[in-house]
Amino acid sequence: MEVPSEYPEVGFMPLMCQHCNHAPCETVCPVAATTHSDEGFNQMTYNRCIGTRYCANNCPYKVRRFNWFNYVADSKFTNLNPAQDDLSRMVLNPDVVVRSRGVMEKCSLCVQRVQAGKLAAKKASEPLRDGAIQTACSAACPTNAITFGDINDKSSKVRTDAMNDRAYHLLEEVGVKPNVWYQTKVRNSMQTAAEPTA
Amino acid sequence: MQKESAIREPLILGDKTYHQITEDVCAPVEGKANKYWYMAFSVAVIVALWGVGCILYTIGRGIGVWGLNTTVDWAWDITNFVWWVGIGHAGTLISAVLLLFRQKWRMAINRSAEAMTIFAVMMAALFPGIHMGRIWMAYWVFPLPNQFGSLWVNFNSPLLWDVFAISTYFSVSLVFWYIGLIPDFATIRDRAVKPVSKMAYSVLSFGWTGNAKAWIRFEEVSLVLAGLATPLVFSVHSIVSMDFATSVIPGWHTTIFPPYFVAGAIFSGFAMVQTLLLIARKVLSLESYITVKHIEYMNIVIVITGSIVGVAYLSELFISWYSGVEYEGYAFMNRATGPYWWAYASMMTCNVIIPQLFWFKGIRRSLITSFILSIFVNVGMWFERFVIIVTSLHRDFLPSNWGMFHPTFVDVGIFLGTIGIFFVLFLLYSRFFPVLALNELKSILKSSGDNYKKLHHND
Ligand code: SF4
Repeated sequence: MEVPSEYPEVGFMPLMCQHCNHAPCETVCPVAATTHSDEGFNQMTYNRCIGTRYCANNCPYKVRRFNWFNYVADSKFTNLNPAQDDLSRMVLNPDVVVRSRGVMEKCSLCVQRVQAGKLAAKKASEPLRDGAIQTACSAACPTNAITFGDINDKSSKVRTDAMNDRAYHLLEEVGVKPNVWYQTKVRNSMQTAAEPTA
Repeated sequence: MQKESAIREPLILGDKTYHQITEDVCAPVEGKANKYWYMAFSVAVIVALWGVGCILYTIGRGIGVWGLNTTVDWAWDITNFVWWVGIGHAGTLISAVLLLFRQKWRMAINRSAEAMTIFAVMMAALFPGIHMGRIWMAYWVFPLPNQFGSLWVNFNSPLLWDVFAISTYFSVSLVFWYIGLIPDFATIRDRAVKPVSKMAYSVLSFGWTGNAKAWIRFEEVSLVLAGLATPLVFSVHSIVSMDFATSVIPGWHTTIFPPYFVAGAIFSGFAMVQTLLLIARKVLSLESYITVKHIEYMNIVIVITGSIVGVAYLSELFISWYSGVEYEGYAFMNRATGPYWWAYASMMTCNVIIPQLFWFKGIRRSLITSFILSIFVNVGMWFERFVIIVTSLHRDFLPSNWGMFHPTFVDVGIFLGTIGIFFVLFLLYSRFFPVLALNELKSILKSSGDNYKKLHHND
């Protein structure tokens, strides 16, 4: 593993917060800034975070990102961060707060889109339709490699995909019970695959 | 009166009387500091100020000025934290556990060892504070009633247990230390000639009268506090170790940690007491009180706890292989042979191999070798924490997350700065506080003093 080129079978794998149902990041926060929602999200409460970074250490996927500096004002990032200039600031998503220095952040599974979608359904007084809510990543992927939806909805696409034989959890053996499923890559190779686990 | 066997080495050398003990211990407080003290103090102040500057820079700019990154989110900060807490342990062990076991040799060293504990715990407590991204919100770790709604601390988090463990430990140690100081402050008060110092020491001595009733209460309170402090010797570092042991990271997730950390803490604490006292006895001319026998006793503790630590290292290594858990096995292989092999090698050499030299009587009774070896242990124990924290984090489950940690000048500055602050406090202490428990020492003069032992032996 030390030298990637000796293992040419590397795959591309988008890795964001797995929204573990048994999340190791949640138990270690002294101020309960990261908690589980009843929808299964691992939520990060930025304005409660005091920045001990314990959660990031204890995340087996290492998906948490810390705000090491005050990126919107620190002179070191003037050339890197568009948010530092009034015009380019407009690229920032108005629905998402700009995180301050010293707090942890991570993928929220576009909680702002989820909330908006739920509200729209509520206003129209109809149940939330599968596919009505897209995360930014699932909307952007041109090959529909990412599916987002309600796993409890028996007819949802995400449910069907997750029940598929190819579906697996990354690092399942750690026992964190993620809410994100991956699908094994089907390779045409001469090698016999190792016995799949469960 | 209690008599002691002639073959036990005396604990107080020379022809001392009660009065002479008072004179010897009060001399640094009443006299003027020599130029070495001023030199040491200036160096310590400069280093401390540099450290304070680095801390302020961190708070002003952000944790990004340290060498941390997404892979290694804790490094020198928590290494230093654990190192300093560990150092603190010897003081409590000497003053509480040895008191309960009636070890008379503790009387010459307990005062300074406890002072070291207090200062070391202060340095330790600094790190969980400054390592926070938003230190100005640090009070949120206390379960304070608040108006934020139903917000409360998370009692599942080992970091919260740390808050309780460290604050209890600090307060009990402080009270214990202070109670012991009261009669000695009173002695200085009674001898003081300058009105300012007379006033200061009368306030500090809480109106101690020294009558029999007061002494009875003093001894009772000391026993009660010793009883309270003894479990703390074991609980504090066990809880600190749970920061790691309760996590899921290979190399951290280990049930051996609590006992292993406690042994390591006593080990490093005694080494630091050794380093400090070997200097102090010379500078403050306390050679008749802190004798070679005292040094030897401490070296024995060092070699025993060092061996426990060594066994812990080896069992960790063995279990990582025996458990058959690939991640665990890799974590330990990587520690020993990966990019941080040099840290692991330093840890093994300084903590396991070098202290074994103390099995030789000549080495454990020599001041020079004791001093050198104690420095090795101090260094080795710092590396132990570094190895545990950084090597476990830098390569965990997914190779795509692997990284390295490179300290910046701020990391180094803060670490050295805390050493500077520690020495500033310790040097001030050695000028204004009685560095030996002088009144307690008097209680063993007739049983363990050299002159008295000779006298008894002859009649
Ligand atoms: S993937 Fe990491 S950050 Fe996300 S819930 Fe799991 S442990 Fe927490």
